[in-house]
Amino acid sequence: MMNGLMIRALYGILYREFLRFFQQRARFLSALVRPLIWLLVFSAGWRQTQGLAPYPPYETYIPYEVYMIPGLCAMIQLFNGMQSSLSMIYDREMGSMRVLLTTPLPRWFILVSRLFAGVAVSLLQVYAFLAIAFFCTYFEIIELDIPTLGYITVIPALLISGFMLGALGMALSATVKQLENFAGVMNFVIFPMFFISSALFPLWRIKDLSYTFYQMCIYNPFTYAVELIRFALHGQFYVEGALVVGATSLIALFLAIYAYDPSRGLKAKGKRG
Amino acid sequence: MTEHATDQQINSSSDIVPAISVEGVSYNYGKRLALDDVSFDVHPGQFTALLGANGAGKSTLLSLITRLFDTPNGTISIDGKSFASHGSKALAPLGVVFQQTTLDLDLSVRQNLRYFARLRGLPSAVASQRIEETLSALEMYERVDERVRDLNGGHRRRVEIARSMLHKPKLLLLDEPTVGLDIQTRRVIVDHIHKLASENDVAVLWTTHLMDEIWDDDHLIVLDKGKIIEDGTVKDILAKNEASSVSDVFESIINQAEERLK
Repeated sequence: MMNGLMIRALYGILYREFLRFFQQRARFLSALVRPLIWLLVFSAGWRQTQGLAPYPPYETYIPYEVYMIPGLCAMIQLFNGMQSSLSMIYDREMGSMRVLLTTPLPRWFILVSRLFAGVAVSLLQVYAFLAIAFFCTYFEIIELDIPTLGYITVIPALLISGFMLGALGMALSATVKQLENFAGVMNFVIFPMFFISSALFPLWRIKDLSYTFYQMCIYNPFTYAVELIRFALHGQFYVEGALVVGATSLIALFLAIYAYDPSRGLKAKGKRG
Repeated sequence: MTEHATDQQINSSSDIVPAISVEGVSYNYGKRLALDDVSFDVHPGQFTALLGANGAGKSTLLSLITRLFDTPNGTISIDGKSFASHGSKALAPLGVVFQQTTLDLDLSVRQNLRYFARLRGLPSAVASQRIEETLSALEMYERVDERVRDLNGGHRRRVEIARSMLHKPKLLLLDEPTVGLDIQTRRVIVDHIHKLASENDVAVLWTTHLMDEIWDDDHLIVLDKGKIIEDGTVKDILAKNEASSVSDVFESIINQAEERLK
């Protein structure tokens, strides 16, 4: 049960996250430019070669950009989750994390609040991206067919997938000891998670191409986040995706709380004197 | 006192509840013993200087008091509430100024303080009032809307002290807060904190290795190689060691301790 202190603290953590986000304009721009390049350049090229047969949740043949949109939404959240973990490492190095950890708030609450703030920022980014994609459709630059209700029904899917990717980033941040090591996270986490998934190509097509690659995709929780968003954008609920994403979120959160426990995670990083 | 001592046991030893009570605390990094059976109390209104050379165990002790590290042996209680019984809630009466700057450089002074006030559960109107009070006391209110990045080291330190006082803590813990500051700024900060202790009944635990920051009426704890080797008022310690300055007594105590170890 949240008490007054917790509610104000959660508001404080959200306040700081949004202040930092709006001050880092480059972060906001890159969060939008990256998926827009994929959408406007990559999908435009591929739509000529990719014929996508009707496959749930789609009921008819769809243009390739329609297929890509959920993957790009998840991509925004993936980068945002890793950006949040970078921010955790930065806060730890700069000492801001100590300020949080020396408040009378339970450690799990601090971590969940940080996660929640990160998810809120990722929602803002995803909707900014969807708004631009909508205008591109209006001006017939791309062909995007998302039901109006889909913009609302996707919110729970974005919340849960954002939570999973944020929790994974948080658990990772506990293992990365220095900011400089974060480049490794980019190479070994973000890119494999994104490319070895159903973000760019449908699973049935991947299965035809390579069964091993297909197996790798179905063991990647990011695939389930993408599919959860895909179904939700079309007003449908993907149960298997929700279960996998939910379970992965809880495991990652548990690992993060374990790693940030005063008797474990920060011990190795503490200053000695 | 054992690890599982109750709060009542801790409180019964004295009518006045110490702002902080450290009882039988030991800590080691692997095989290296960093703190060895450390015990002391700091009372309200008392300015306590924790003196020790580099590697004496000061920072480890502060990490335990701020609960950044878990306390495996012994008991730490703040205002009568032990970590063992109350967990993070025991940190409520604690204000901390870390050695390293912990302000968000890209936010303004006001934004930094508002953020902290919310973390401490202060309502917005109270936070605004306290921000003005604490910054004015440190002659910093006119810079409230400046970005922290644009402030010099001394001003940043004043903002950190103002922040640590926003929730009116009973215990203020400062980890070498004057490192890297010029003499005049150091004097302003040392005077301000001594005044806080005497006028506002705040217990202060100030770690340092700069002798001129310690006044004759202060309570002094000397830590060496993880052990407390002196604990008393500066006057008493000077008299006991027949020394004229804290600097002389510190050198003599450390030498004696090293002789004993040989």
